Amino acid sequence: MIRFEHVFKRYPNGREALSDLSLEVASGELAFLTGHSGAGKSTLLKLIALIERPTRGQVTVNGRNVNGIARRKLPAHRRQIGMVFQDHKLLADRTIFDNVALPLIVSGVSGKEIGKRVRASLDQVGLLPMERCLPVELSTGEQQRVGIARAVVSKPPILIADEPTGNLDPDLSLEVMRIFSRFRDVGVTVLIASHDLALIEHVASSSPVRRIRLEGGRVLQ
Amino acid sequence: MIVWLTRHAQTLFGTLGRLSQQRMQTGMTILVIGIALTLPACLQVLTKNVAALGDSFDRTIELSVYMRTDAAVAQAEQLAAQLRARPDFAEVRLIKADEGLAEFRARSGFGEALDALESNPLPHALVIRPVASFTGAKQLDALAGELKMLPGVESVQLDSVWVERFNAMLDALRSGSWVAAILLAIGVTVIIGNTIRADIHSRRAEIEIAKLVGASDAFVRRPFLYTGVWYGLGGALLALLLTALIVALLSVPIARLAGLYGGAYSLSGLGLDGSFKLLALGVGLGWVGSLVAANWQLRQVEPS
Repeated sequence: MIRFEHVFKRYPNGREALSDLSLEVASGELAFLTGHSGAGKSTLLKLIALIERPTRGQVTVNGRNVNGIARRKLPAHRRQIGMVFQDHKLLADRTIFDNVALPLIVSGVSGKEIGKRVRASLDQVGLLPMERCLPVELSTGEQQRVGIARAVVSKPPILIADEPTGNLDPDLSLEVMRIFSRFRDVGVTVLIASHDLALIEHVASSSPVRRIRLEGGRVLQ
Repeated sequence: MIVWLTRHAQTLFGTLGRLSQQRMQTGMTILVIGIALTLPACLQVLTKNVAALGDSFDRTIELSVYMRTDAAVAQAEQLAAQLRARPDFAEVRLIKADEGLAEFRARSGFGEALDALESNPLPHALVIRPVASFTGAKQLDALAGELKMLPGVESVQLDSVWVERFNAMLDALRSGSWVAAILLAIGVTVIIGNTIRADIHSRRAEIEIAKLVGASDAFVRRPFLYTGVWYGLGGALLALLLTALIVALLSVPIARLAGLYGGAYSLSGLGLDGSFKLLALGVGLGWVGSLVAANWQLRQVEPS
C-alpha cells in the first residue's frame, strides 16, 4: 500500500531528514513509526500526503508513484489519505458536524449523503451528541476524536497520524489507539508516528502491530 | 449538477454572511470602491449631457448667403429657386432687401436713424439650412466655398468654428473620462485585490486545513471570488446612489441656468442602460481583482 524505495529528503535549509530510506507497509496493516524527534517520522508522513516531495528515490502510495503527481492532481491524491494531527487542526469557528463534513464537501458529496456519513463517523468515535458544539467546547481528547472522525469520514484506504496522542493522558491515548485498531480491522492501512513506546506495547498486547523504528532518517532493523 | 449549484449558492450567501459580520471592514472597503466608481460615472453623465446639448445645436446650423447690393430681386429669386432644387438643402429662405430692412427696423430700434438713409444698405439674403447629414465642419466649409462662387453672391457666413471647437471639446472630454475611468478601474481592482489578499492571509489556517483534506484550488478560491464580487457589487450600488444624488443636487441650478438662457434643458442621469453597465463593471472588477489576488496568494498557502 505504501512503499518507500531509497528515499532521500533534504530540506532547503540543508537538513537531511531522510537518507536512503526503504520500507513497505502492506494493505490492512497497522504500523507504528517510532524514534526520537528528528528521526524523520513526520517527514515520512508528509511525503505520503505530498505535503513535501522526496529529493530522491521513489514513494508509491496505493499503487501510484507520487513523483508523477502534478500539483493539480494533489487534491485527488489527498482524498485517499485520512490524516490525523497532534494539534487536531480543527476549524475553530465551525461546529463539530461542519468540521467532520469538510472532506465530503470538498469532494462534492451531496447534502443528504453528507449528513448520513458525518453522523456515522461521529458515532464511531462516540461523539454523536456533540455535533452542534464548537471545538473549544470539547476536551482535548474529544477534539482528537473529532480529528479522527474527519480523517475517516470519506472512507479512505489509508490513515496516517502524526503523534495523535501527544497531548493526551494514558487512558485517553489508549482509547484513541483502540479506535485506530478498529479501522485496521475493517481493512484500512494505518500508519501512526508515535514516540510513546509504553502505549505501543499496550496496544501490541491485544492485537498484532508492526513497529518501524527510525533513526537518523533511516529504518533501524 | 444540483450539488454543484447548491455549493455555489452556499458559498455565495456564506460569504455575504461573513462580510456582514465584519461590518466596519466591509463598509470601509465598499465606501472606497463606491467613491472611486462615482467619479467615472459622473464623468459619463457629464459627457452624455454635453453630447445631448451638442445634438440640439447641430440641428440649427445655418448658412447665410449675402447677394451683392446691386443684384436684382429677380436674380435672388432665381438663385433661391435653383438652390431649392438641390437635394442637400432642407430649407432655403429668401429675405429680400426690403424685408430685411423692415425686420431690422422693427427689431433694432434704429428706425429713425434708418429713415435718414437714402437707399436700403442691405443686400438680398438667403438663409440656407442643409440636410441633417451635413453637420461636419469640413463639409460645411466646402459648401460655403461652393456657394460663394455662385453668380451675384457677395459673401457666405458660416459660423463653423464654434461647432468645431465644441466637437473638439467633447472629444477631449470623452478621452479624458476614458482615461479617468481606466485609471480608477485599475485602482478599484487593486483595492479589491489587496482586501482579498489580507482576507486570505487571515484565513491561512483554514485554507491549509481545506487543502490537507483534499480541497482543489478552485474550491479554496471560490469564497474569495464571491467576496470580491460582493465588494464590487456593493461599491457599484453605492456609486449609483452617489451619482443619482449628485445629479439630483445639480439639476435644480442647471435648470435655473438654462431658464436664464431661455432654454428648457434638464439634466439626465445615468439611465437604466448606464446603471446596468456600472453594476456590471463593479462586479467584473471585483471578480478580476479577487481572481488575481487569489491565484497569486493561494499558491503560497500550502500546508507544512
